Amino acid sequence: MKKRVGVLALQGAFREHRQVLEKLGCDVTEVRRTSDLDGIQGLIIPGGESTTIGKLLRIDEIGERIKELGAKDMPIFGTCAGMILLSKTIVDSDQYRLNLMDTVVERNAFGRQVASFETDLQVPALGVNPLRAVFIRAPYLKEVAPNVGILAEYNGKIVFVRQGNLLASAFHPELTSDNRVHQYFLNMIDEH
Amino acid sequence: MTDVGSFKVKTGLAEMLKGGVIMDVTTPEQAIIAEEAGACAVMALERVPSDIRAEGGVARMADPSIIKNIMAVVSIPVMAKARIGHFVEARILEALGADYIDESEVLTPADDSYHINKHDFKVPFVCGCRNLGEALRRIGEGAAMIRTKGEPGTGNVVEAVRHMRTVMSEMRALTLMPQEELMTAAKDMGAPYDLVLYVAEHGKLPVVNFAAGGIATPADAALMMQLGVDGIFVGSGIFKSGDPKARAKAIVMATTHYKDAKLLAEISKDLGQPMSGIEISTLTESQRMQERGW
Repeated sequence: MKKRVGVLALQGAFREHRQVLEKLGCDVTEVRRTSDLDGIQGLIIPGGESTTIGKLLRIDEIGERIKELGAKDMPIFGTCAGMILLSKTIVDSDQYRLNLMDTVVERNAFGRQVASFETDLQVPALGVNPLRAVFIRAPYLKEVAPNVGILAEYNGKIVFVRQGNLLASAFHPELTSDNRVHQYFLNMIDEH
Repeated sequence: MTDVGSFKVKTGLAEMLKGGVIMDVTTPEQAIIAEEAGACAVMALERVPSDIRAEGGVARMADPSIIKNIMAVVSIPVMAKARIGHFVEARILEALGADYIDESEVLTPADDSYHINKHDFKVPFVCGCRNLGEALRRIGEGAAMIRTKGEPGTGNVVEAVRHMRTVMSEMRALTLMPQEELMTAAKDMGAPYDLVLYVAEHGKLPVVNFAAGGIATPADAALMMQLGVDGIFVGSGIFKSGDPKARAKAIVMATTHYKDAKLLAEISKDLGQPMSGIEISTLTESQRMQERGW
């Protein structure tokens, strides 16, 4: 049976996530309204502008429904803006958030666009080969609670974590051809 | 190996802007309204296109303090415009930390033959196009994002529609051509051959394509999204309308829910006066900004 995975499609790079998931054999639903969440086994919150996505999450109470599903153990994976939206604490901001992960996130933490970069990351959970990671006006986590597992750091900054059913990366695995991060998320759905 | 300002990182920011609305703003107050409404980025400039049109004279890069003051009050990306071919204005904008540079026909061109060599910069560029050849020439020069030009400052969507339909139908034609016809197609449209091959194979541009120039209502934004653009630029359409806050928010919602006609009907209600528009045929050739670009 194909896994049914949702990709939040309010704004941002949702099409790229969809393409990776389809390559990995999933049945993908683009989520724009609350009813689109029915029947999915996992959800990806893509990169984009976290303030924009946050505003759009208030329409139709879709954000509240995602919070419930996340609290009820549905696997959710947030990339970049998705990491920001999942965090309970956003430094210097009162913007809307899903408030699910015990993490403190700093937005645009590496600087403005001229400082955006790609690099090779060591991610032991994904094997010995380094992962090419693209950081775009990226956040990082300043602090995480003891129940949050750190999967990768870059120059001492936390950029990839898992807390139970929740996964978050500061970089964009959907922009490279290496599918290991998405496969890791699909394995979380299998475990669930 | 760490690579700062690679083409992947430049196009990557445009990917993150998709499905969003980029709004022209001239003051920090307007920038805050745009961010509050859900804009995915703002374009910082001294005058919006309709004022440039009305006032005439030479339109140049904005005063750096306007851009800095806007960067100081919003957390979303801040773009800024440089004149076509004016690579020093572009260097100044890069030094200021602008997140994207629009090498724009809205400003008075600084070079009547050549555009900026955009590969030479760490900051990414967006450029306008009216057809596929123009889009591929700009990408060849290093643009990491394209927008259809439309006719800026008119509040009239007809030119944006024409340019988008032209690009789409020219791309469809390439996908149907046998290999031996592609070199002549490249010659005829004045486009780099490798990029013509890319479009023939993939049926799409290698970078994100937004719509610009004349979008004034939520329905205009949804129309352009349905025609296949990745996102929307709104110039004069918001802050030259009766109720900028409500209209900005409505255009953001319409860009996300562009296929949902029932929701669009809700969104389009009670927005006050849209900007008063200009019929394109009343413009002389020299008043048509879209003709600028080589």
